[in-house]
Amino acid sequence: MAIIRVQGLTKVYRLGEGVEVHALRGVDLAIEAGESVAIMGASGSGKSTLMNILGCLDRPTAGRYLLGGREVSTLSRNDLAEVRNRAIGFVFQSFNLLARTSARENVELPLVYAGAGTRDRERRAAEALERVGLADRAGHEPSQLSGGQQQRVAIARALVTGPRLVLADEPTGNLDSRTSVEIMALLQRLGREGITVVLVTHEPDIARYASRVVVLRDGMVVSDVRQQAERAEVAS
Amino acid sequence: MTPVLTLRVALRALVRNKLRAFLTTLGVMIGVGAVIAMVAIGEGARSRVEETFAAMGTNLLIVLSGSTTSGGVHGGFGSQPTLTWEDLEAIRNELTTVRRAAAASRATVIVAGEEQNWTTSVTGATPEYFDVRAWQADRGTVYGDAEQESGAKVVVLGKTVADRLYGEGADPVGRTVRIRNVPFTVIGRLASKGQSPMGQDYDDTAVVPFSTFASKLQGGLKQYVAGAIMVSAASSAVTAKAQRDIEALLRERHRIEPGDDDDFSIRNLAEVAGAQQEGTRTLTALLAAIAAVSLLVGGIGIMNIMLVSVTERTREIGVRMAVGAKPRHILAQFLVEALVLSLAGGLIGVGAGVLAAERLAEAFRWPLLLRPDAMIAAVAFSAAVGVVFGLYPAVKASRLDPIEALRYE
Repeated sequence: MAIIRVQGLTKVYRLGEGVEVHALRGVDLAIEAGESVAIMGASGSGKSTLMNILGCLDRPTAGRYLLGGREVSTLSRNDLAEVRNRAIGFVFQSFNLLARTSARENVELPLVYAGAGTRDRERRAAEALERVGLADRAGHEPSQLSGGQQQRVAIARALVTGPRLVLADEPTGNLDSRTSVEIMALLQRLGREGITVVLVTHEPDIARYASRVVVLRDGMVVSDVRQQAERAEVAS
Repeated sequence: MTPVLTLRVALRALVRNKLRAFLTTLGVMIGVGAVIAMVAIGEGARSRVEETFAAMGTNLLIVLSGSTTSGGVHGGFGSQPTLTWEDLEAIRNELTTVRRAAAASRATVIVAGEEQNWTTSVTGATPEYFDVRAWQADRGTVYGDAEQESGAKVVVLGKTVADRLYGEGADPVGRTVRIRNVPFTVIGRLASKGQSPMGQDYDDTAVVPFSTFASKLQGGLKQYVAGAIMVSAASSAVTAKAQRDIEALLRERHRIEPGDDDDFSIRNLAEVAGAQQEGTRTLTALLAAIAAVSLLVGGIGIMNIMLVSVTERTREIGVRMAVGAKPRHILAQFLVEALVLSLAGGLIGVGAGVLAAERLAEAFRWPLLLRPDAMIAAVAFSAAVGVVFGLYPAVKASRLDPIEALRYE
């Protein structure tokens, strides 16, 4: 079953005085569980808008969005917040960790809004940090961590509620090439664990680690190719 | 998200900007401090004035007879006897607003003990006098109706007189003093009342039955009361009513035509007390104004700093929303932060207000009266200021669009 199914997705931004921007003009897409999909496209192609809608941060103007079989395009702000909390993990280009807050507390953040108890939060945050190989950095604040480590904390935060879907928006955009490969290796491992990874990138080097590449242009899908994902390995 | 966690997030945000948080709370601090000091001052002054006037008597009205005018010289109140014993009876019996009424007259004479003598103001009074003036004996007893009727030669000494005649703290009961060469038996000593607001020593007196006073010391005026009628109103609430009742009664009894002047006058000590309080009332009003203005300014300061805080943390809000914070979580976070700010200001303000009140009480030498209810009210009010002025920034934060918040630089 497709974890993501969008049909006829359109998004129109009204800028006032009758000016309308059509960011998405009818996107159809089905993503199967366990796929790793790279969404590519030039700036203004609508890939960020698509990502925001897939991440339940925004609602489409028209069209359907079924997430795990559930129609989410018409949910309220509160319900969308719950979906983001339970079903989706986010990874951002600029990490977006809370400053002056330890890695462990950053990872605990989604659990706080999920209403988990203190013990439960601590245990699951420790597990998530273990998964990204940062168990020994739990007490460090973002400013004491390298970029790659910060992004791994962010990935741990995305994983901590056990979502089936991780959305990564230019996850390697702020990292050097070696660290980028490390992060991609980590995301590929999630894919092997059955988590669907959708990432937005404009770097073909990164896209080759995905099992499917979707290219957008002017708010429409112009290419959708499945490929043999290259295995991300750090040259030692 | 539990309240404890929300509180912890708010505290951490504030601790990161300690100086800013402190400066923000300053307005609330001053406001609450002023409220506490104001209430303490008002209470202290009021209790001092009340104490002073309670010493004169409870809900006391003094009825004086009229003045004489001869050859253009006005004799002053009391110079023309117009009040009769029947008037006194009527005041006692006909008015429900009057609790007690006593006749009292004074003369300055020498009181002689065995070894010492002392010139003092001797009061001749009917037995109700002690009740009207709320004055009891702390040694021996005061006299009653029997002594008044028989014209007994008994005297109750004020503490100052007793001290002067027999030494500090001595018990004068059972001794004999001579007043105008008439021997009187001391049956009691009055409890000390201290000084009047004008510095007069209340305790420098001796009280004898009115009948004895009239027959042995001063000479009487037959049907007229030589001196004043002291009235205790039924309660402080009806003092003014009692005054009007007595006035109406006496006008009727003295057959004074409407429009003509009274041939007596009534002093209401509650009014004098009110005038005494006027000064502190001005001070209280001033402090209330300071409190109101600084709480308002403090509230605006909180709102201002919360708006800055929301703007600074737009990205944080975006992240929190992305990982599942609902609008109400964000609302609660910033509202609690504003609440903590204002409550902290309120609590520190209470401390500062108590210190200020202590200093003022010391300076003005009045009792330090701290009202717990005023403190609780002030802290509650500061919390309300936090909620009211924190609401707009918090609502603003909760309505942010997560995408724009995440993109905010």
